[in-house]
Amino acid sequence: MGRVILVTGASRHLGGTLARRLAELPDVDRVVGVDVVPPSHDLGLADFVRADIRNPVIGHVMSSSDIDTVVHMGVIATPRQAGGRSVMKEINVIGTMQLLAACQKSSTMRKLVVKSSTSVYGAGPRDPAMFSEGMDPRDAPRSGWAKDNVEVEGYVRGFSRRRPDVTVTTLRLANIIGPRITTVMTDYFSLPVVPTVLGHDARLQFVHEDDSIDAIIRASVEDVPGTFNVSGDGVLMLSQAIRRAGRITLPIAAPLIPAVGRMTRQMGVADFSSEQVRYLTWGRVVDTTRMRSKLEFEPAFSTLEAFDDFVAARGLNSMLPRERVAAIEATVVDLLGRGGERSA
Amino acid sequence: MTCWGVGVSAVPKARVIPIDSRKRLEEVPPADLAESGPGWDERVASAVGFLRRRITGDYEVDEFGFDPELTDSVLMAPLRPLFHSWFRVEVRGLENVPADGGALVVANHSGTVALDALMTQLALLDEHPAHRHLRMLGADLVFRTPFVGELSRKAGHTLACNPDAERLLRRGELVGVWPEGFKGIGKPFSERYKLQRFGRGGFVAAALRTSSPIIPTAIVGAEETYPMLANASWVARVLGLPYFPLTPTFPWLGPLGMVPLPSKWIIEFGEPIRTDALDPAIADDPMTVFDLTDQVRETIQQSLYQLLVSRRSVFGD
Repeated sequence: MGRVILVTGASRHLGGTLARRLAELPDVDRVVGVDVVPPSHDLGLADFVRADIRNPVIGHVMSSSDIDTVVHMGVIATPRQAGGRSVMKEINVIGTMQLLAACQKSSTMRKLVVKSSTSVYGAGPRDPAMFSEGMDPRDAPRSGWAKDNVEVEGYVRGFSRRRPDVTVTTLRLANIIGPRITTVMTDYFSLPVVPTVLGHDARLQFVHEDDSIDAIIRASVEDVPGTFNVSGDGVLMLSQAIRRAGRITLPIAAPLIPAVGRMTRQMGVADFSSEQVRYLTWGRVVDTTRMRSKLEFEPAFSTLEAFDDFVAARGLNSMLPRERVAAIEATVVDLLGRGGERSA
Repeated sequence: MTCWGVGVSAVPKARVIPIDSRKRLEEVPPADLAESGPGWDERVASAVGFLRRRITGDYEVDEFGFDPELTDSVLMAPLRPLFHSWFRVEVRGLENVPADGGALVVANHSGTVALDALMTQLALLDEHPAHRHLRMLGADLVFRTPFVGELSRKAGHTLACNPDAERLLRRGELVGVWPEGFKGIGKPFSERYKLQRFGRGGFVAAALRTSSPIIPTAIVGAEETYPMLANASWVARVLGLPYFPLTPTFPWLGPLGMVPLPSKWIIEFGEPIRTDALDPAIADDPMTVFDLTDQVRETIQQSLYQLLVSRRSVFGD
């Protein structure tokens, strides 16, 4: 008998793509996608059940289809997607509790995969240069999505203690970026003028959306218990990323940031949570050694390649593409060379 | 770096030519020009290339945020005249610094602002045959401070904590640590060249765990750059700084008071203390760590005394 997989958050881009991809695998019998809202795109061979993971209905869905693997993708990153921060927090935290309660009851369940984020490490000036999975945050996140992830991971740890027979894999993904996905960061880099924190340059890491799907599939198919950081290789400085995206930087002094944040939120341009501001001030880099050695996952895109793929797909850098700058450079050098010949 | 003019004067033919650059070009055949170091057009081309890479973000930084291209050509540039003309830094014992592989440079800290650390970094980059980058470990205050923190990371520095130190040493980097910290640079002038307490010995544990040699380094001259006569502790408290220095010139002369006194410097890299014969697990034994910390501290203190005895004057050669 093949596998029966439940995917939460299936109506959104990443969850939907994952459900479709999982359903195509040969040893998977059935994939059930669950979400509060109907999917906006094709789920392929996967089934869809419209259910709210915040109430016990999810238990019936699980028992009626003999689910053996649950992939929890239902932690929402942006309040705008959920319809306000309080709804978002309820879906993320209460939803996870309900889902795990249903999992604990299930007799067929043998694997749980949770999509978390490297934001659980927080961001601050006292951080080590790289976080590995065993390290505790120095400045733990206090609010927003990052805090939700910390709480979700806490409940997941509790679940794995109560059900030691279930293989639990937690993937802490770096910021996901790519040609199709919309996140707080893709919104941020799409702004015509990108505000930054004056006097700081954050170190950023990205994972390509295809790589993040591949990593979650690997965790769902193979038995690799534990917590893993997942990110593309290398690091991009915030200033460097903005230049690669051909945007203009607008450095803002730290004390003025809250006021600017309020203004952009009211204008509906961009939503800067205090967590995001901390990340854009201090940055964060994670160690992906375990991802390679134990999860045996090799991302196809480096941080830089993932970011460039995003920039190219959005046509962001149309103002000052690298080729044109290189051509200008060649012209200048050529002129200089000729000038030198003439004077010789 | 040899500039074009210097290179050409080595060509016998060019010596008799008057100082008209155009005439020089006429006299020197192109082949000789190519041999005489980079020409001005090459230099402009490399500068334009540098500019293009910066504008388009076409460069690489490591996980610590270290930007080698920016460090070598921009950040270190203003320090070079200070190094050569102002402090006339004399570097000794470079043969004690390995050409590759991890090693820990441990030095005394002095002089109110951490110029000594920057001069040591420049010494290893420019004077060492392998042009090694010194990856320094700094206090969290450094990284908390706007601009300073940003530039520090780009220059290859990182937070003084064991995970970072061990990660760098394992990668085979040359790591620099100033274990006295603010106690060292913020001490009054009356206590010059007296080593302060060496922290908790975290750097020794890092060297032991990674079997990296420790290179005790003595820096003479930095103490006299900004002789700190007193510490305005209430100003420091208001500004959130570890100390606020009052020197003979600062803050009385305003910005002019920030010009360091031109003392003559000596940086001496001592003989490495090897740790590869010891069991890495010994890093968890506090007594061994304390003993080794003391040994490093004593070695640096002795070298400081020897250098001071042999020094003829503070400012002269």
